[in-house]
Amino acid sequence: MAKMKKQSMRIDMTAMCDVSFLLLTFFVLTSTAKIPEVYPVDLPASTKETKIPTDDILTITVGQENVFIGLAGREDRIDALKRMGKEYNIEFTEEEQSAFAGMENFGVDIREMKSLLAVPQSERMKKELHPGVPYQDSLNNQLASWVKIARESSYIRKSTDEKKNFLKVAIKGDANERFGTVKEVIDILQGQRQNRFYLVTGLRTDDF
Amino acid sequence: MAELNIDESGKKGKKKVRSKKQNAGVDLTAMVDLAFLLITFFMLTTSLSQPQSMDLQMPDTKDVEDIDKTVVGESNTMTILLGENDKLTYYMGMFTSPQEEPTDSTYGKDGIRQVLLQKISNLRAQGLTGTEGLIVIIKATDDATYTNMIDILDEMAITGVAVYAINDITDAEKEIMQ
Repeated sequence: MAKMKKQSMRIDMTAMCDVSFLLLTFFVLTSTAKIPEVYPVDLPASTKETKIPTDDILTITVGQENVFIGLAGREDRIDALKRMGKEYNIEFTEEEQSAFAGMENFGVDIREMKSLLAVPQSERMKKELHPGVPYQDSLNNQLASWVKIARESSYIRKSTDEKKNFLKVAIKGDANERFGTVKEVIDILQGQRQNRFYLVTGLRTDDF
Repeated sequence: MAELNIDESGKKGKKKVRSKKQNAGVDLTAMVDLAFLLITFFMLTTSLSQPQSMDLQMPDTKDVEDIDKTVVGESNTMTILLGENDKLTYYMGMFTSPQEEPTDSTYGKDGIRQVLLQKISNLRAQGLTGTEGLIVIIKATDDATYTNMIDILDEMAITGVAVYAINDITDAEKEIMQ
């Protein structure tokens, strides 16, 4: 009887390894790191699947009657802070500007911004330090100022002769937030004729 | 490169010291495993983390020219009122002289969606579609939740209502939403 020949059970994996690492590299490079948020909200679900733009956008987070601001882009943030400082007569140093540039979102009174920026970076995003941007007082409506300044900054710096650039505004409301609060924010935006905005939602998974 | 190491040492019993053929292939199984694990991780996190958004265009509140104003007919205008505790009421036409009295409804596919779809098909039967078709005005009280608003806007997208607007609620309407 002929003996079964012993066969090595090895498959060459070089090509497979190459492909998988190529894909891995692709996904690592295309993915964006999750932005740390001072106030993580529970997003309401919707069936719309339009993706939100990632650059040149101002995100207003609304939660528990507080408002937080997030501005995309380091350069945009620095410029907005400079303009905001000018408006409220606060001088920000280079270090403070670069510290602010590292903050993806915040919720403080501009007059307390200096003391927030003095806090070490690791503790700067703590929830207790961000009570919200004032917006209910019509004499000290800093939300309106931030929106105005961010729009100005984007329009002045990014517009070309051929194409005018307009800042996009997104509202990120908590699912359980009263509509009245969101309405106030919308009214502030409409007061500046910012009539178009994105409402940030999550993907609906249940049967609606 | 697939190696089939067939034993070629020949006849049995022959004990010849031969320098062993060195296998140059490195075992890549673990590496591939790891790579695929990471790929899966990045694939899932990238597509899931980016939130969706709804584009909302509100009418300009300041100095709108009369020519630019949309004239809405009474018969094809539906007003949806959103109240506290997921209360939802709708009526057709003007509030003071409604073509259809305020009726309570619910969110979702068995509630307001059926109503909307029926109104749309009624108007379509009369040859009114698109911007001439159903017009929905959404009014929410301050105590309605943000989810309520998103749900109703979502409903507009699902049923394909071409013209809809968010408007301020009047005191009389607030009254019936209590």
